[in-house]
Amino acid sequence: MTTLLQAENLSIQFGGLMAVSSFNMELKEGELVGLIGPNGAGKTTTFNMLTGIHKPTSGRIIVRSRNGGPRNIEKLQPYQITSLGVARTFQNIRLFKDLTVLDNVRIANHFNAQYKSIHALLRLPVFYQEEKRIYEYNMELLKLFKLEHKSDELAKNLPYGEQRKLEIVRALATKPHTLLLDEPAAGMNPQETKELMELIKSIKEQFNLTILLIEHDMNLVMGICERIIVLDYGRVIAQGKPAEVTRDPMVIKAYLGKEMENDA
Amino acid sequence: MQSERQKKTITSIILLVLGFVFLNALVAMRIIDEYTTQVLTIGAINVVVALGLNLISGFTGQLALGHAGFMAVGAYTTAALVMKLGVPIFPAIFGGGLISALFGLLIGLPTLRLRGDYLAIVTLGFGEIIRVIMINLTEITGGPAGLKGIPPFTTNFYWRPVVSFAIAYLFLVLVITLISNLLKSSPGRAIVSIREDEIAANAMGINVFYYKMFAFTLSAFIAGLGGGLYAPFFGYLSPNMFNFQKSVEFLIIVVLGGMGNLTGTVLAGFGLTYLQEFLRFLQDYRLVIYPLILIVLMLFQPSGLMGLFGNREFSLAGLAEQVNQLLFRKDPAEKAGEK
Amino acid sequence: MGVFQQILQQMINGLSLGSIYALLALGYTMVYGIVKLINFAHGDILMIGAFIGYFVLTKIGVTPGTLIIAFLISMPLCALLGVSMEKICYKPLRNAPRINALITAIGLSFFLENGARVLPAIGPNPRVFPTLPPVTHHLLGVGLSRVQIIIFAVAVGLMLILNYIINFTKIGKAMRAVSYDKGASYLMGINVDRVISFTFALGSALAAAAGILFASAYPQVEPYMGIMPGLKAFIAAVLGGIGSIPGAMLGGFILGVAETLAKGFLSSQMADAIAFGLLIIILVVKPAGILGKSIDEKV
Repeated sequence: MTTLLQAENLSIQFGGLMAVSSFNMELKEGELVGLIGPNGAGKTTTFNMLTGIHKPTSGRIIVRSRNGGPRNIEKLQPYQITSLGVARTFQNIRLFKDLTVLDNVRIANHFNAQYKSIHALLRLPVFYQEEKRIYEYNMELLKLFKLEHKSDELAKNLPYGEQRKLEIVRALATKPHTLLLDEPAAGMNPQETKELMELIKSIKEQFNLTILLIEHDMNLVMGICERIIVLDYGRVIAQGKPAEVTRDPMVIKAYLGKEMENDA
Repeated sequence: MQSERQKKTITSIILLVLGFVFLNALVAMRIIDEYTTQVLTIGAINVVVALGLNLISGFTGQLALGHAGFMAVGAYTTAALVMKLGVPIFPAIFGGGLISALFGLLIGLPTLRLRGDYLAIVTLGFGEIIRVIMINLTEITGGPAGLKGIPPFTTNFYWRPVVSFAIAYLFLVLVITLISNLLKSSPGRAIVSIREDEIAANAMGINVFYYKMFAFTLSAFIAGLGGGLYAPFFGYLSPNMFNFQKSVEFLIIVVLGGMGNLTGTVLAGFGLTYLQEFLRFLQDYRLVIYPLILIVLMLFQPSGLMGLFGNREFSLAGLAEQVNQLLFRKDPAEKAGEK
Repeated sequence: MGVFQQILQQMINGLSLGSIYALLALGYTMVYGIVKLINFAHGDILMIGAFIGYFVLTKIGVTPGTLIIAFLISMPLCALLGVSMEKICYKPLRNAPRINALITAIGLSFFLENGARVLPAIGPNPRVFPTLPPVTHHLLGVGLSRVQIIIFAVAVGLMLILNYIINFTKIGKAMRAVSYDKGASYLMGINVDRVISFTFALGSALAAAAGILFASAYPQVEPYMGIMPGLKAFIAAVLGGIGSIPGAMLGGFILGVAETLAKGFLSSQMADAIAFGLLIIILVVKPAGILGKSIDEKV
């Protein structure tokens, strides 16, 4: 199996604070990996480094680009990383609120659109063909998440759960090979969460995706992830199969301990 | 689908031409008097510049405060091309737009990499500085005394208002078509996504800096075209015509009509130009009322006039459809079935 | 006068102008640090402050004592003006898109300028600002006027007071906390609204003082007098690093010296263009300014 996304000794410092230090990870094709840890452990910061929003203070990030070659991306802009095939969602939903559901998704097709501004300004046939293709493709994606009948609504008017789904659709529309999901089920009820996880599994199969997922709900991560990485105070304290990780004393102490007691 | 689209385009073009012929006939027959024709022409020029401003401030979300400066660059360039180099008026106007776009490019490159606020202050500074430069470049601009004797669109005195109006109208239609075609396309959606959320847009594969530059340069180009129309229409230019106050007037047109709405800019542009002619007696008080309008709008109706109508855009084809339905009482549902 | 003396003379003139820019730049930088807003109307507060000084001094005559009274009246009144602007116009827009607050700021600026213009008491024409009889001291062949000494003394005094407030008082600590993290400050029980009001008050009072000093140096007041100093003070704030208080002071002095040198050795009209060119250069080379640090937006 090929490695799609690899982080080597990734560290980032904000002021005097080491938010993440020496983060190592290897994401292989077809994996579904969970990134967990208590609040403030550095999960989202790690995502932000992997997607170019924060520049790491030191370390390397390597992505296998669409044509197969590995590329160092730690100096690239987010849009360049997205075009290499790594897409993400945001924990604190960042939809284009005042645009329609369809436009939210269409924007994510931008770098795949096969026409230039001049074609659009002159309304050449290639413009219409591409717009039609994009429209049909995006409606298909929306259909998968049962959002197709809401394509003309403004994103801000969707209920919370559907906004989270739209974030995923939008990321999918960039045609990624690797999808980074930042707490996709945050704020959903157990039933919705369960359905969403089924959906994530099925799109993973359908689109041949590799997924890295930040999640708070422990049961859920245990249920669908094949491998788990545990962060605490910016350091990886354990990784492995869900069953192994839950037995790790460090993990129990840092994070699971309290929850386990609560569950018991 | 294909034929539906073509039908729409053809309807729009026919209506545009009809409107053009009709308005010009009214002007030519002096049913619309010369004074009103002039006001309409000034209105069209103001709307052109305001549409340019709306592109960068309303659609891209980056406040620019120096559009009078870009207009000045366009106006003086056009005048210089015609008077010094003998370039015909139409290429000269486009030349004015291009030089203005070049200034936009130069200002945008250092500024648009940074957060949006810097563009506001840098364009404000540009608007002030360009005036200083214009005053000092006596060779081309005639200095503080101004530049006189710019050849008008036509030397025929009787037809001059008609021709000026027709040309301004043509450019207005051109600019509206340009912007609306752009907006309803992938690059246009990229531009609007920057206004909505820069970080998310970047993460969705949009080269944010590139599209800010694109929108700003195009915006400066359009303002330059407006200046290019201004020069032969008035026949006289002075640096103080393009002061900061003028830039704020364009901003008011955009904000009053609704940021990110083309219909609003057109309505507010003509409306305010018309009002301004009639409120001349208010003189300086106008300059107190204008900023108050800005503040009150921001506090209570930030989406402007068109925000009251769901921010919809007017379309000629849509109008034709409505009239068609009204006249022939065709049920829209039934019509959908026909397709 | 030798070249050396000439340069020294321009330096003194520059530092005096620069201390006015520094006072004004402090207001920009403090407000920006706390609410992330370029307060375009800040330069116009300088104008209002100068006019209040003008009215006081024409009423009671100019002596060193009445000059102090002018400061004591103008500064609190402008502080009040700054706070009301914030409460009425900026506060309701705190959660709106940034461009809305910027447009409001430009509206306020325009309103103050043109409002002053139509007021019968002020009017569009420049008026001569009452000043103490000019006295010039000579040292090493270089002139130092009384106005310049007053400008230095007032500006440095006010900066020391500001420094004390920010570093050693409770409200000053709250200001620093709010500029660092508004949300967390709120959770720690800091009255964020009060801190923001206080910041506007402080900045506006400094602008008022700068106004009287500016008007004494170029003994003249008119409604649009705040635009150019405002623009330059903003450039000074960016140069020093926007959000940084020592940066604003440093930036003000640098800009003042650069401008007088340009005026003295090039041309006075080009001096404005040079200040603007300087802004562009900073934005290209070091957008965070000399003493500022870049802060990433929270994601």
